Amino acid sequence: MSTPVARPRVAVFKFSSCAGCQLQILNIEDQLLAVVGAVDFAYFVMAKRENVPGPYDLGFVEGAITSTEEVKKIKQVRGQVRKLVALGSCACFGGLPSLKNSRTQREVEAEVYEHPGAICSIPAAGIDRYVPVDGLLRGCPIDTDELLELVKAELLGITPSLRTHSVCMECKLQENPCLFQTRGEVCLGPVTSAGCGARCPSNGRACHGCRGPSDDPNARSLAQAMWEAGLTREEIYRRFQLYAGDTQAFQEGGRLP
Amino acid sequence: MTQGAGAMIHGAKDGLEPRQGPLSAVLPAEPATAARRRVRVDYVARVEGEAALDLEIEDGKLTRLVLDIFEPPRFFQAFLKGRHFTEVPEITSRICGICPVAHQLTAIQALEAALGVTVPEPVRVLRHLLAISQILQSHVLHIYMLALPDFLGYESVLAMAQDHAEVVNRALHMKRLGNDFTEFVGGRAVHPVTAVIGGFTRWPDPAEAAAMRRRLEASWDDLLATARLVQGLSRPAHLPPPQAYEMAALRAEQGYAIQEGRWHSTGGLDTAPADYRQHVEEHHVPPSHALHSRIRGRGPFIVGPLARLNLNRDRLNAWGQAMLDECGLQLPSQDMFDSIKARVVELGQLIRDALDLLAEFPAPPRPVPVPVRAGEGAAITEAPRGSLYHAYAVNARGFIEKADIVAPTSHNAASMEQELRDSAPALVNLPDEEIRRISEMMIRNYDPCFSCSVHCVKVRIRRHSARER
Repeated sequence: MSTPVARPRVAVFKFSSCAGCQLQILNIEDQLLAVVGAVDFAYFVMAKRENVPGPYDLGFVEGAITSTEEVKKIKQVRGQVRKLVALGSCACFGGLPSLKNSRTQREVEAEVYEHPGAICSIPAAGIDRYVPVDGLLRGCPIDTDELLELVKAELLGITPSLRTHSVCMECKLQENPCLFQTRGEVCLGPVTSAGCGARCPSNGRACHGCRGPSDDPNARSLAQAMWEAGLTREEIYRRFQLYAGDTQAFQEGGRLP
Repeated sequence: MTQGAGAMIHGAKDGLEPRQGPLSAVLPAEPATAARRRVRVDYVARVEGEAALDLEIEDGKLTRLVLDIFEPPRFFQAFLKGRHFTEVPEITSRICGICPVAHQLTAIQALEAALGVTVPEPVRVLRHLLAISQILQSHVLHIYMLALPDFLGYESVLAMAQDHAEVVNRALHMKRLGNDFTEFVGGRAVHPVTAVIGGFTRWPDPAEAAAMRRRLEASWDDLLATARLVQGLSRPAHLPPPQAYEMAALRAEQGYAIQEGRWHSTGGLDTAPADYRQHVEEHHVPPSHALHSRIRGRGPFIVGPLARLNLNRDRLNAWGQAMLDECGLQLPSQDMFDSIKARVVELGQLIRDALDLLAEFPAPPRPVPVPVRAGEGAAITEAPRGSLYHAYAVNARGFIEKADIVAPTSHNAASMEQELRDSAPALVNLPDEEIRRISEMMIRNYDPCFSCSVHCVKVRIRRHSARER
């Protein structure tokens, strides 16, 4: 496997997460060996035992930051990588773990552990709260096509083409009937970033916003439509809170005037 | 190398300093005496999630062993409180990226029990298929990508690609089959979207089912090659004979139970999922973030593929039996090093079961009404790694009052630590790297999923001796 140029060194780090986005890296079965030929996975603990210290050219971070130890760790990681990519919605926006942020930490800890004193947890946040980030791969989980697009673009030295318009546009391209208009199912598609191919609406269920806000979203207007559809304020808040509740756009949606 | 890389991330420099955080609070200061050494694995590789193993050896005897699961807690059980029941399957799927289907379906079944919903047979069939697809994907991932490199002397499956292209290509091909199967039923491989309380949001069409059945049927040669690959793998010679641990799994009136049935154990337990809490208790053992389970009045127990086979060996179908024979696995087995073979047997068993289910692929049933009412319900299913328990209390407005989730790795955590402790006397005089390698293999036998249990493993070995100083 001789390569004319040195393969970029790639690292994959795990923070507070379910490991599903790392698994998506291994889930590119048909292209995995080609990718392994083009990049050097120098650090990827879930997949290998011999992991080499940095620096690395490209770092993928999975998971939200939920402890003071992780704050230190993400700063160390930033110092080790040339480009840092948030892998999945937890690393992008805090993701689903940020659901706990609406209650006090002490309350949340005592709910699960006998000895909460041993647990050092802080409100869940995306990694960009603590360090500069060079790229986002959205989704819960990430989309494998977007991952491949980003890796290809990095190898070619160009900007990856990641679509951040709304899911509605992809949904129309799939020729799905609108679930909101035809079935009255409240859908976050109008304000959620595309790139998934409108996966959920294409499978008969509404978008729940797992990819976070699209470009220039009008969450307030969508909240108004939800209100007119008969949802309570609390229900509207919950809809926007699920995967990216701490982003400004979804907070605006969740706060109906 | 693992140690060095782990150290970069976790703040410990060379395996001689405790890492910062919860562990440092409980570790005593280290007086370095001539006869005392400490062996650790900072960050156990090729498992799902994060954990470390600390061994301390004094005068050739094990004095301390801690499996520290430092995977940060995400507090699912806390933030589920106050959510609407319809959101729960989607939220709990995010406990684990490797077995999202298991969490999703167990939550659905527990909530249906709470709401008094009974689903028609076709829904049960489609759930059974979805659950099988998840076990296929997870078992192939474990057999080939997490466990096999140990037995063949490689650090990863990626490193095996050059010398064993055929094996790696087969692994990727089989993994792809599992993922495509999940996507066929669930709409997506990781965190599938179609399963909901009462049924499915999309029903696959018969042509898709027939195409999937043909692909599964064609997997026979890959199964056979996998069985022959693991056939010669065995327990490292250094280790003492395996101890008898109690093993628990579902068992049903008929068939190989993974979705429904009563919870049985080799120690005589036979209980409905609703009565689980009468039999199992949990403890939080700092510094670990995982909770340890015990059968009340007895002790640690084991769940997983080997437990399932031990308790259901009279239920093997033709493909399951063929794989058992090809692997040379003797049942019952107490040897966790047989786990890899047990996974291969289950691949055959479950693919055969799926072929039968797909042969008579049902038409979509009429939707079932889901009432909003107060109630409590529990369910146990067999996740790839073993029995998974979910229980919920729902209030009259449909909001969750109480959530109780026990993942397979929590069930196994105490036994995993106990087995390491029992085996330590045979390992203490080996070189550090050998202790690390064998301990990591012992941990990997359980296919632990620390994301689940806290919602990885690293092994630390610390030696304090005159020789090393």
